[in-house]
Amino acid sequence: MAPKSARIPMSFALTPERERELTDILGRYPNKMAATIPVLHLCQEQNGWISEDVIRFVAERLEVSTAHVQGVVTFYTLFNQKPVGKHQVWVCRTLSCALRGSDQLLHHCEKKLGIHAGETTKDGKITLRTAECLAACGQAPMMQVDKDFHENLTLADADRILDKLRND
Amino acid sequence: MIKKTNYLSRTYDLPNGHTLAAYESVGGYKQVRKALSMPREGLIDEVKKANIRGRGGAGFPCGVKWSFMRPHPTKPAYLVINADEGEPGTFKDRTIMEKNPHAVVEGCIIGCYGIGAHAAYIYVRDELHLSKQRLWEAIHEARAKGYLGKRPMGFDYEVEVYVHTGAGAYICGEETSLLNSLEGRRGEPRLKPPFPAQVGAFGCPSTVNNLETIAAIPTALELGCDEFSKLSEIHDLKDGGTRLFGVSGHVKTPGVFEACVGLTLRELIYDLGGGILGDGKLLGVIPGGSSCPILRPDETVNAPDEKHVLHRWHGKSVLDVPMGVDTYRALGTMLGTCCAIVLSDKADPVLAFHNLMRFYRHESCGQCTPCREGTGWIERILDKLVAGEATMEELNLLHDIASGIMGNTICAFGEGAAMPALGFVQKFRPELEAYVKSGGKAGTGRLAL
Repeated sequence: MAPKSARIPMSFALTPERERELTDILGRYPNKMAATIPVLHLCQEQNGWISEDVIRFVAERLEVSTAHVQGVVTFYTLFNQKPVGKHQVWVCRTLSCALRGSDQLLHHCEKKLGIHAGETTKDGKITLRTAECLAACGQAPMMQVDKDFHENLTLADADRILDKLRND
Repeated sequence: MIKKTNYLSRTYDLPNGHTLAAYESVGGYKQVRKALSMPREGLIDEVKKANIRGRGGAGFPCGVKWSFMRPHPTKPAYLVINADEGEPGTFKDRTIMEKNPHAVVEGCIIGCYGIGAHAAYIYVRDELHLSKQRLWEAIHEARAKGYLGKRPMGFDYEVEVYVHTGAGAYICGEETSLLNSLEGRRGEPRLKPPFPAQVGAFGCPSTVNNLETIAAIPTALELGCDEFSKLSEIHDLKDGGTRLFGVSGHVKTPGVFEACVGLTLRELIYDLGGGILGDGKLLGVIPGGSSCPILRPDETVNAPDEKHVLHRWHGKSVLDVPMGVDTYRALGTMLGTCCAIVLSDKADPVLAFHNLMRFYRHESCGQCTPCREGTGWIERILDKLVAGEATMEELNLLHDIASGIMGNTICAFGEGAAMPALGFVQKFRPELEAYVKSGGKAGTGRLAL
């Protein structure tokens, strides 16, 4: 009997450019398992979240079990286990930011977007989340939007940033 | 006395300070030649003289750590750099990665040679995208120039440096958890022993250094390690050199500053930090990241014994004790990452306590029962306390739960969560009791001013 992974048709594949990056990643480590986290990031960048297909893809390419990949995915908060919005907004809520108004910032974002932290806007544009300390304590309050940090924020700054995302 | 310095931060204000050209314009990469011309033992002895206490929080002397590495007959060795900066209040390593990444690369080359490794992995938390980009750019630039690769600067000693990313887990800043994460596993801490110097990354001998520690190595060699150490006010306590000091929270000018070791909290808060924000007074300060128990300004040093490490400061305010690894341990707190969080008296200490305990409950990896359950119990009691529903018995339970975590977990996260909890319980007992008695209406009810 063929192994289980071979019986299920693979519906996830990386773009040629990301395939090259995968090869590059594998070259950095003495074994394939070590590439689990970077390769998951690579797949999530393309797919938006880690689906069952992505887990099977990673397991097969890295010659590890799907249970191993699943274990890693569920351990780390940055791997999305369900689809998310087009843009990711994280508001840091830990002490240094809280002392500088992150609670107010978060409530303002929730009200403006009409969602709670952890939810995605109905149009699928923005997922709003809280983050624990993002190493920007001296520039508090702050939020991370996709890959960029926005620091020393006022509520008006947040409005501008969110408006831009909504219109994107 | 404040002695601001400009070694690690010398490229911070240069245009394109993160590039190889900028780093070399201020003398960068000259120490690779010096170090790789020395015998390995000689380099380690020299680095020991710098008295660089690990900048990641534990304060272990860097040179001594390197000396634990023994060549293995069959296995390679690895240098692993911890840049998983996630300790609340800590934001110093990010400045190095963004503004002086070549100091990290140069430190890695020297460090690899010192411990007998040919590869270094820099573990950067995934959220720091600019840091990762700047490090990769620095690595590519250094390789193109022949400073990395088969023959760095013509020396027959291959060195490769890679950036590895995490995926959002505070626990991966713990060194054995970081090693598991580097190997592609769940970031759960490992039992020690074996220590990383025996069984580290990929089952091979490894040294894990904090990013600031490794970036300080070129400066130490440049000045001469003994001279570097003597820049410190507390060189005699084997706590040498210069380091990055961070200050955040309720100060007028939060930021990261480089200065000689021996700066006091008073200087950090009132001089570098510009004093307390608004019209409040200093309520308390968490000296080195959130795992360090809070200090109150009315605490004084009690060390009448002449042999006590703090005797020199007997009777003085804790704010006037130099910020050092051993001095702060003797004060009953920790220096940690040397990045202070400052609270004004307009802020509610009970809410600050609640905020931090929510963090620890969220970040406990769940491997050890006392930590997984204990951090949750503490948070739930504080939830009730803040809502005005807690009883005095529950308040007393906080101490028992925190004490039950201490010493009963695989890694130091347990202590890292329990110690600040015990600090708040001991130092803000009246405020906590007032919360219970008033049904949650005793404090200012806010953290932001």
